[in-house]
Amino acid sequence: MTLIHLAILLPIIAAVIVGLSKKYSKRIHTGWLVLPVPLLIVIYFLTLIPDVNRHDVLYHSMNVMPNIGLNFDVYVDGLGLLFAILISGIGALVVLYSIGYLSHREDLTSFYIYLLIFMTAMLGVVLNDNVLGLYLFWELTSISSFLLIAFWYNRERSLYGATKSMLITMGGGFLMLGGFLSLYLITGSFSIREMIAQVDLIQASELAPIAIVLILLGAFTKSAQFPFYIWLPDAMEAPTPVSAYLHSATMVKAGLYLVARFTPIFAFSELWVWLILLTGLITLAWASFNAVKQDDLKAMLAFSTVSQLGLIMSLLGLGALGVHTGAAEELFTVAIVAAVFHLINHATFKGALFMLVGIIDHESGTRSLKRLGGLMTIMPITGTMTAITAASMAGLPPFNGFLSKEMFLEVMVNIRHADFSFLSDVSILFPILAVFGSIFTFIYSVILFKEVFLGKETEDTPKTPHEAPWLMLASPLILSLLVIVFGLFPNILSQTIIDPAAMGILGTTTALDTQIYHWHGFDSPALWLTVFIIVSGTLLYMTRHHWMFIYEYHKEHFTLNYLYDRGLVYSRISSKQLNDKFVNGNVSHYLAYVLGFFVIVSIYTFIVNGMAIDIRTASPITLQEMIVVTIILIALAGILVVKSRMVALILLGSIGFSMALLFVMFRSADLGLTQLAIETVTTTIFLLVFSKLPDKESYKYSVKLNIPHLIISVGVALTAIIIGYSAYSNRLFDPISQFHIDNVYDLAAGGNMVNVILVDFRGFDTLFETLVFAIAGLGVYSMMRLRLNTKKEGDDHEEHIDESRL
Amino acid sequence: MELITIILAGILMGAAAYLMLSKNLIRIIFGTAIFSHGVHLMFLTMGELKRGAVPVLDENVEAYADPLPQALILTAIVIAFALTAIILVLALRIYKELGTNDIEKMKGDPYAD
Repeated sequence: MTLIHLAILLPIIAAVIVGLSKKYSKRIHTGWLVLPVPLLIVIYFLTLIPDVNRHDVLYHSMNVMPNIGLNFDVYVDGLGLLFAILISGIGALVVLYSIGYLSHREDLTSFYIYLLIFMTAMLGVVLNDNVLGLYLFWELTSISSFLLIAFWYNRERSLYGATKSMLITMGGGFLMLGGFLSLYLITGSFSIREMIAQVDLIQASELAPIAIVLILLGAFTKSAQFPFYIWLPDAMEAPTPVSAYLHSATMVKAGLYLVARFTPIFAFSELWVWLILLTGLITLAWASFNAVKQDDLKAMLAFSTVSQLGLIMSLLGLGALGVHTGAAEELFTVAIVAAVFHLINHATFKGALFMLVGIIDHESGTRSLKRLGGLMTIMPITGTMTAITAASMAGLPPFNGFLSKEMFLEVMVNIRHADFSFLSDVSILFPILAVFGSIFTFIYSVILFKEVFLGKETEDTPKTPHEAPWLMLASPLILSLLVIVFGLFPNILSQTIIDPAAMGILGTTTALDTQIYHWHGFDSPALWLTVFIIVSGTLLYMTRHHWMFIYEYHKEHFTLNYLYDRGLVYSRISSKQLNDKFVNGNVSHYLAYVLGFFVIVSIYTFIVNGMAIDIRTASPITLQEMIVVTIILIALAGILVVKSRMVALILLGSIGFSMALLFVMFRSADLGLTQLAIETVTTTIFLLVFSKLPDKESYKYSVKLNIPHLIISVGVALTAIIIGYSAYSNRLFDPISQFHIDNVYDLAAGGNMVNVILVDFRGFDTLFETLVFAIAGLGVYSMMRLRLNTKKEGDDHEEHIDESRL
Repeated sequence: MELITIILAGILMGAAAYLMLSKNLIRIIFGTAIFSHGVHLMFLTMGELKRGAVPVLDENVEAYADPLPQALILTAIVIAFALTAIILVLALRIYKELGTNDIEKMKGDPYAD
């Protein structure tokens, strides 16, 4: 346990304290108690920056379950540290914001407990070196996300969104675990660092493509990539601080983290590069195209988040391409730098935008674009900040989004220089998709600001809008300031945070010495692309009423959401059908499954392993014994076919008495005596019960032959016979009976061995058996007395039997 | 003889299984009673049959039949009786309450409410 471990676990410890102090925190908003936690953590991680830049190895192991390889091993490099700072930094701002956003009436204790659990989980994901530990924390983020989306659990949409997000992200996480296990099969280690060290083994392995696909499925579901993005818009049912934190700044970036972390391992693979690059670009284009049609501001931001995640994803794919080819490394390290830079920028401007939309929602009571308008005069501060952050999102200078967007465009254009499978043949596709996505990003950024703040006041809002209190404005203000500062002075980040993170992704220790410039000269293609995006975006925005109809062609039956909903419905229906078929409340069905399973397993075992029958030692057969056996068989056949229960009872009695005879013939006098007594009593009870049961409730109807039951019964008989023979033939141990025979007089001073075993050697056994018997007697008695008030035979029988067996 | 008793025990258990799979509670109870007979016989056979005298100490006897299975079976017989008695009374009680001994009619409709 080191300070880093403690930093990861601090939020969850705080969660326990928050939970316990519920009673005492009535007078103060719980958020104030929680706020110091992320603040402390972010300060601690900021102090680690110099260490990481000196390439000190910050690796600390902590055994949890070493036998299965599950350890809590923290490893801090530039990449992990960047994420840790983002998580705790945005976390602090979100907690501050939530103090204004959530009123005392809400269930604040639960809210902050979930939020703190998430913080620990997310820090655990990004600072873990052990993939099993990473997986556990990964799923914990899904769980806390589920709880937070369903925070207003009496709303149906919240539950729907929460379930959807959990099914998709946890399903993906589970597949990812499969990927980790395949990596373990290849390398024999759960440590990411050791996997990187054994990259040659992974390259040579046939399992590698499986591991790649499974791990990418985990990353794509978590980071809401096409076609798994459908959960993110529905996750917007969560309170806005949660959307800003989990569903834009941190949790959805876990997939990006995973891809970045595994880049040194998988960059060799064409599959890896293609999948990431294409998925990222398609997500970017598709989601930004869809964002424009949204009416709900948060839904628009959700689609925007999806598309920005796609942008970063595609950059990571290109970065892997750089590692793959090696030749054009210069070109593609820029992609990694751009990815890291945009990751930071996105966290700032999108976090701020979510908080601002939350403010609009909070103060006006609606998030619908149709009902909002002309708020600039009423909410000037919110409006200004929205303008700044939306401009950054659109990629306008001089804000930080412009810088990373330019880098992105430049890399996409430079893709044609790559010497990689048939990439150069289709290289024109990538800038087109990138520009397409960027144009629509520009359009919705404009809509976001212009439709809400400019134009005429609609006076259609549920509440009369007014400027938010400073408590709510503080967090977006800080983020907006960061947008400007990072935009104007990007190089305060480049060497301190971006380079170490990029080096962590590339797995090198050679310094990158990144410098970020605003101006690349007139011959820079990115500049002209930016101009083109702004011009065509403006034109499309002006003429949008003429082309928005294309969204109408988007038929409901062809959407992914429809697929998800139908899939869910059908899986419910079919599982119910399956359940009703097999769990139908019919006891004999269940018994048939049990017996059938037992028969199949035993017969299979005997077929596979074979069996040896050794019957040389069998004792001779006598005529009397055969006569008794024949009687039993005849009586048995009779019971199966007779239609009268009285006849069946007589036959049952004859089997019992024949058994007593057999016992006597087999030199077991005590057994014979007991059997005789018991059989008599059993028959008596049967008769008594029959006298109370009307005969019309006969059992004639069930005498009909039932073929499946017959097959199962024959199977049971065969199995019993086979097991009997092989057990008889193959003795594994010497019987312990000789001990009893030798010591029966010396130790117990008795002559009748069976009796001595019962009352002496196994005395306790018999004592408890009597107890069982007494309980049965009580059961019989109470079942009779409860209503019928007639019999006391139950008790009498019991004493009767106890005497008779002694 | 062991050959025959093992087969007999198997047949007893098979027939008992058939009875237990039926719908009528009385037949099911018959089945459990017969099943215990089969198990007892199997058990006794496992201790080998007729390898000596009745296991009562005697100066003149060299070998005894195995007493251990006998002791165990004695316990089992009594427990089997207790079981038979209690389910018989249960069947009676069920009939008084529900008016049927057909287990399919007893289950009712699980989705009734």
